[in-house]
Amino acid sequence: MANGATTLLAIGTKKGLWLATSQDRANWTLSEPHFLMNEVPSIGIDRRGDRTRLLVGARSEHWGPTVFHSDDLGATWAEPEHGAIRFEEEDGAALERIWQLYPDAEDRPGVVWAGCEPISVWKSTDGGEHFELNRSLWNHPDKEQWGAGFGGAAAHSVLPSPADPQTVHIAMSTGGVYRSTDGGQSWTARNHGISAYFMPDPNPEVGQCVHKIARDAAKPETLFAQNHHGVYRSDDNADSWVSIADGLPTDFGFVMLTHPRTSGTAWVVPIKADGERIPPEGHLAVHRTNDGGASWTRLSTGLPDSDFNAVLRDAAGVDQAEPAGVYFGTRGGSVYASADEGDVFVEVASHLPDVLCVRAATLG
Amino acid sequence: MAEEEARSVTVVVPSLLAKVMDDQRELQVGLEEPATVAGVLDRLAADYPVFGRRVRNELGDIRRYVNLYVDGEDIRGLDGTGTHLRPGQELLIIQSVAGG
Repeated sequence: MANGATTLLAIGTKKGLWLATSQDRANWTLSEPHFLMNEVPSIGIDRRGDRTRLLVGARSEHWGPTVFHSDDLGATWAEPEHGAIRFEEEDGAALERIWQLYPDAEDRPGVVWAGCEPISVWKSTDGGEHFELNRSLWNHPDKEQWGAGFGGAAAHSVLPSPADPQTVHIAMSTGGVYRSTDGGQSWTARNHGISAYFMPDPNPEVGQCVHKIARDAAKPETLFAQNHHGVYRSDDNADSWVSIADGLPTDFGFVMLTHPRTSGTAWVVPIKADGERIPPEGHLAVHRTNDGGASWTRLSTGLPDSDFNAVLRDAAGVDQAEPAGVYFGTRGGSVYASADEGDVFVEVASHLPDVLCVRAATLG
Repeated sequence: MAEEEARSVTVVVPSLLAKVMDDQRELQVGLEEPATVAGVLDRLAADYPVFGRRVRNELGDIRRYVNLYVDGEDIRGLDGTGTHLRPGQELLIIQSVAGG
């Protein structure tokens, strides 16, 4: 990592946003809370162009959801008067929660994707100030088969392919993985090989509870998925999935992270089981693969000996530095950072509200 | 002025909403047709769109944990947003007790 570079770690919680900064990814300075008493389930850090824009999907229990943005690292925040994400009367729905804010590839400045509850995908071409509903997905014939996981019915992952602007993968709970190869004009379920043991037919076309998907940075046709029991990889643009759960203590969990540059490197944070949502035996650990899931390494140096808190699907992230930084937060309000791809963690913060979203970026 | 007030209602908002309404906690809103809670909210939302989004969702429903009272009576026990308003009445908007 370049000397003098500042790393920004944005931490969205059940009751506000905290911003942490560090010069060495070991010693961190934590801000005062932003949006206190608003839950923050989604954050996007947009480093494209000549500015850094923070996008925050906030939600007040009283006053509803909205997207804020800041171009001065959180010193000031703005929101469009009429809302960045807003259903039209014809849609017959109201926005409940913004689950994902995802800046597109470097060569598509201004394009930001959002995944929301109710299950919907949105696209902005102005840096996240105004989004347009993808009505092809909204009116999809599979819609009646989509359901709600415990956290709500949402499109929680939106992954445009950096290699092909026409290809976008999304994941929803419940519904599974869908892919568009025509820039979002049509969508097809792509769940072959992903089990849905909780349904009468455990191998349906639609209805999987995929918790998170991530794309291999070096091989965009390769994707990884953490499922509601099941860890998978696809090497064919999600046409088919194979299990890569062997070597993990459990196949349940929410997190799936991929390396910002290195093919085959991914991280998960196993949870014991659907019915026992704690780290296995109360021992919190990250697991990393460097070979596409053929083998896994347990990483817990710097983590507490005992922790009974789960790590939610977006409560983890990576930065773009060399070596890559790995970050995650727990429902117990602890946040950890690793400057060496997970080998050693340090605690960034503790006793925050439940951590819902973590995003990191290396600033100039 | 007195005549204008005689044809208006007083809307009282909590401080969190006042921030998006030029820091006003009390506003006089003229009673035009429809002289209902929804009509008053529409007129306020035209001037203060963020206020409109905070109080009602896209379907026009009052958000679940927002309460509105007309002269102290919860509109949910009256005609909801269709509740008719008379000049001089007070429309109080307040967040309900919610959250952990």
